[in-house]
Amino acid sequence: MKARVHVMLKDGVLDPQGEAVRHALGSLGFDGVGGVRQGKVIELDLDEGTTEETVREMCDKLLANTVIERYDIELA
Amino acid sequence: MRAAVIVFPGSNCDRDMATALTAAGLDVTMVWHKDTELPAGLDLVALPGGFSFGDYLRCGAIAANSPICRSVKAHAERGGFVLGVCNGFQILAETGLLPGALLRNAGLKYICRTTPLKVATENSVYTSAYTKGALINIPIAHHDGNYTADPETVARLQDEDRVAFTYAENPNGSAQDIAGVLSANRRVLGMMPHPERAADARHGGTDGAPFFAHLTQALASA
Repeated sequence: MKARVHVMLKDGVLDPQGEAVRHALGSLGFDGVGGVRQGKVIELDLDEGTTEETVREMCDKLLANTVIERYDIELA
Repeated sequence: MRAAVIVFPGSNCDRDMATALTAAGLDVTMVWHKDTELPAGLDLVALPGGFSFGDYLRCGAIAANSPICRSVKAHAERGGFVLGVCNGFQILAETGLLPGALLRNAGLKYICRTTPLKVATENSVYTSAYTKGALINIPIAHHDGNYTADPETVARLQDEDRVAFTYAENPNGSAQDIAGVLSANRRVLGMMPHPERAADARHGGTDGAPFFAHLTQALASA
């Protein structure tokens, strides 16, 4: 089985990289981009039967820093 | 007085830190990150600057989960002294020994220059060499030094006099110009600037020398 973890900076935490991307899009002529937030996707190959709770534990302990980031887990 | 400097793959200020601590009279042991135990009878553990594990995932995140960090955490929880500089500060924030986190610099650029710091408290073994409000010139060299924490945490740090140093000219967007913070028991310090790089006349500045010289005396009487 696989799990896909999406890690994003929490709302309200300034994302200077996302801001730089927004400016770059503007200078390419893409108008109307109000905001850009940049995060990461982590794909995990897991033993069958691994629970979402275990993946959550992985996120809390290592994959995300919950002081500044939030995460979503997709199991497939 | 005994100190250990932890060495991670990618540490690059470990020997600078050891040199500064040795010059201040501490007996220094280098400890590899895969070791599980710290040497007995340590007065100080130092986490040096660098790019541990290539800054993969997040700066300091993998180092914070390395075997030796369990012992460093236990040492701090027993009331031991821990100093983290630059990547060492990032590691301390990732372990949860210090509140907050270090984000990418607001200007997105890696910054390497000497910058004025204001001493924000005299009340710690690390800062008692200085006068509160004094300006000292200390090098910074980081890409992710933008200190952030929720507003309640920042207010608590200020109320409890736990901000050790602030930037006189905020280079990286840090909340309230914070350059270094102390733990609640004032024995764990994390700071982005490098006092060990301004500890000898040959470095081009010696404003970091009192930091180490006084640290040895202060640890002896702590």
